[in-house]
Amino acid sequence: MFNDIDLAYWLPVIFAALMVVSMFAYVILDGYDLGVGILLELEKDTSEKDKMIASIGPFWDANETWLVLGVGLLLVAFPLAHGIILGELYLPVALMLLGLILRGVAFDFRVKAKAHHQAMWNTLFFVGSLLAAVSQGVMLGRYITGFAEGWGAWAFALLVGLSLAAAYALLGAGWLMIKSTGALQMRAVRWAQFSLGFAALATVLVSVATPWISPRVFELWFSVPNVFLLAPVPIFTAVLFVVIAYSLPRIAARQAQGNDRWCWLPFAATVGIVLLAFFGLVFSIFPHLVIDQLTIWQAASSPEALSIILAGAAIVLPTIFAYTIYSYRVFWGKAGELSYQ
Amino acid sequence: MTPDVASTVLDPIVLARIQFAANITFHILFPTISIAMGWILLFFKLRFNATGEQKWQEAYGFWVKIFALTFALGVVSGITMSFQFGTNWPGYMQTVGNIAGPLLAYEVLTAFFLEATFLGIMLFGQKKVSNRVHTLATLLVAGGTTLSAFWIIVLNSWMQTPSGFEMINGQAHVTSWLEVIFNPSMPYRLTHMLLASGLTAAFLVAGVSAYRWFIGQRTNAVLAAMKTGVALAAVLIPLQILIGDMHGLNTFKHQPAKIAAIEGIWETERGAPLLLFALPNAETRSNDFAIGIPKVTSLILTHDLNGEIRGLNEFAEHPPVAKVFWSFRVMVGVGMLMLLTSWLAAWQLRRTNTLSPLVNKVLIGMTFSGWVATVAGWYVTEIGRQPWLVQGVLLTKDAASHVGSGMILSTLLMYLALYVFLLVSYVSVVFYLAKKAGQPAAEH
Ligand code: HDD
Ligand code: HEM
Ligand code: HEM
Repeated sequence: MFNDIDLAYWLPVIFAALMVVSMFAYVILDGYDLGVGILLELEKDTSEKDKMIASIGPFWDANETWLVLGVGLLLVAFPLAHGIILGELYLPVALMLLGLILRGVAFDFRVKAKAHHQAMWNTLFFVGSLLAAVSQGVMLGRYITGFAEGWGAWAFALLVGLSLAAAYALLGAGWLMIKSTGALQMRAVRWAQFSLGFAALATVLVSVATPWISPRVFELWFSVPNVFLLAPVPIFTAVLFVVIAYSLPRIAARQAQGNDRWCWLPFAATVGIVLLAFFGLVFSIFPHLVIDQLTIWQAASSPEALSIILAGAAIVLPTIFAYTIYSYRVFWGKAGELSYQ
Repeated sequence: MTPDVASTVLDPIVLARIQFAANITFHILFPTISIAMGWILLFFKLRFNATGEQKWQEAYGFWVKIFALTFALGVVSGITMSFQFGTNWPGYMQTVGNIAGPLLAYEVLTAFFLEATFLGIMLFGQKKVSNRVHTLATLLVAGGTTLSAFWIIVLNSWMQTPSGFEMINGQAHVTSWLEVIFNPSMPYRLTHMLLASGLTAAFLVAGVSAYRWFIGQRTNAVLAAMKTGVALAAVLIPLQILIGDMHGLNTFKHQPAKIAAIEGIWETERGAPLLLFALPNAETRSNDFAIGIPKVTSLILTHDLNGEIRGLNEFAEHPPVAKVFWSFRVMVGVGMLMLLTSWLAAWQLRRTNTLSPLVNKVLIGMTFSGWVATVAGWYVTEIGRQPWLVQGVLLTKDAASHVGSGMILSTLLMYLALYVFLLVSYVSVVFYLAKKAGQPAAEH
């Protein structure tokens, strides 16, 4: 049997883990569709734009719901931290919401509005996606510096913002390589190469800047024996970047001959990179929720509320996984035209 | 502007309230349509499955586009809401988080994922899955929106009539989940809201179809949709009036100050009149220019011509009167208009299979009437609960955040500009789609 002490210890840990999982799912899933939105500006041909959007049309709403779950878990499991974190992030959150709203409504308006308004909605689709991506990065940047003030901290946050946008673009390009064919697929390879450079540069900068800005993170990563135990994280990250860089021209050459094998590799490798980044982040922060201020136990709701939610989540989450997989199977393979018929 | 006014305008609590109200008002416009529209689409689909008549397929094809647009607006504005709880009302979760938390979590887990995932299949999967699975997806989307309405209304009703909990060290702890969920006002509020949704969607369908009829698209599909909308409205509105009345009785029992504000009654009286018009004056604590029907309010609320109604002056704290009083009259007024037009239109359609030009125009004018009544109704409910956020448990001012007013003001202005822009776009695209549907080549 559980006793209260156990629950008070473990429930916050479980909820922190659930929150990390849904944030990770969000970054990957909405990451690829925001990425496609960012790349939309690089494509000038309207019918190609339609194809790009067709590849994400059936998924974006469910993808965005992971954000609702992540923030919802923060709200219901760690209400104290929700207030502090989102209070501190008020401005980037508002800008992110603005971006998500513009992007989300542009899906429909861009094909339904009067012809001469459609170009505007395509632009807003791009602007919204980019704004959401950069704002999310800025939120992350502000968060890992413990909301430090000063231009250095803000410049750092902006840097993280641009890195995240690059990472999303990479995910988006990888997604398009899987879901498209022909000319669009070839262009996706080029976009992937383009965003890869940015993403790699940004990863290096962030990895250097984070310990430099936060002494605590420095201590954590560069003390013995951690520095050896953790060495695989940057090494694997580097390997994955190399894998992508190496594979892209080869995949392009194959695709030119109509051979589609390995087209999923860049996407999968990018997921790996994001996973490693998440690991690094969680390792740096746990068990804090607000760095150096609040631990998950200090911020947690009472065990009674958490157990009720957990009971529901234990039943419902597997169901959600099941029908999400079903939906991806229905839309498996190359994306066709987006139409209600 | 006097310094006094300036400081009220910039008071962070006032700003946070305006911002929250603006966001939720914008949000509710779209769920109100999508909840019932999901079921209407299912109805079109089932009619088509059963009869094979092309007109039902066409009606589905047209309305699913408007549904998709509405749904997208509902989703993105809803995401704003989930961030606002923490940023604008940190004290809320700290006090009643043990109750609000699980209810909100169950909404996300059981409803949001369901509707979002199957929406993809409903909209884009028609060729990829069997007709049966597609019908099922439509059902799951409709069910998902209704389920989400259920959870959020449970929470809102609990804030109006809290029960099933005890306060320990300033925090609410649940003693019975059944009592929390089935709190005294929940059945009335949920039914009233679902009917409101049905009416809003019914008048939208009827109004847009009437517009298409008016500009010459006299097809079977348009007529079928128009009849569906009108019939639905004609059936639901008497039910809504009945439920609204019962809802009022329930509120009379649990939130008497709100009813006193709704009826504009300052002094406790027997045989209170039903005021049709009045200007409630908070300074003199009385009404200017009151016109009313004697004794009717007492009759409605106590079922006795001389029943006693407690006046506002008996309550140490009561909501702002004029806003509640007028919002209520707007809602009921629109409800009466709905009764009149839907029955008139139903009668004409039955007799002649078409509409007279006048009724046709009135229906077009009533396209978005559901929005007006719904928002007015929510204002009655929410403003009528003030100064409480959770009736008797938590004051609104004690839940407000410490975010600076400059920040709230600038984001508020941004949201307002965005909302106006989106609302104009939405309404014009709805009518543009209606116009375009007449041109065969324009099928998207
Ligand atoms: C009576 C109905 C109702 C009411 C009062 C509210 N909502 Fe809502 N909401 C819905 C009915 C709904 C819905 C029908 O389920 C929506 C609209 C369209 C849609 O996609 O789902 C939705 C969408 C929606 C979403 C996006 C879900 C998704 O990603 O699919 C969020 C996060 C919220 N809402 C949150 C809220 C919050 C925090 C509210 C309270 C303050 C609230 N809603 C009031
Ligand atoms: C969907 C329709 C709704 C509408 C149109 C609506 C409208 C409003 C309005 C106008 C206010 C401001 C009242 C005032 O400040 O005088 C308000 C306050 C509030 N409502 Fe609602 N509301 C709705 C649903 C909900 C729901 C479902 C919840 C919670 C579950 C909720 C929670 C709140 C809170 C926390 C406040 C803050 C108190 C305040 O602003 O005074 N509302 N709402
Ligand atoms: C015509 C007769 C009607 C009556 C007597 C009536 C009565 C009421 C009452 C008393 C309330 C406030 C309850 C409370 O907060 O305690 C209310 C709220 C509300 N009304 Fe109505 N109503 C009527 C028509 C309508 C119509 C036509 C609509 C929309 C199409 C509507 C939509 C709403 C909504 C959305 C609310 C807020 C949610 C709720 O508290 O249920 N009402 N109504």
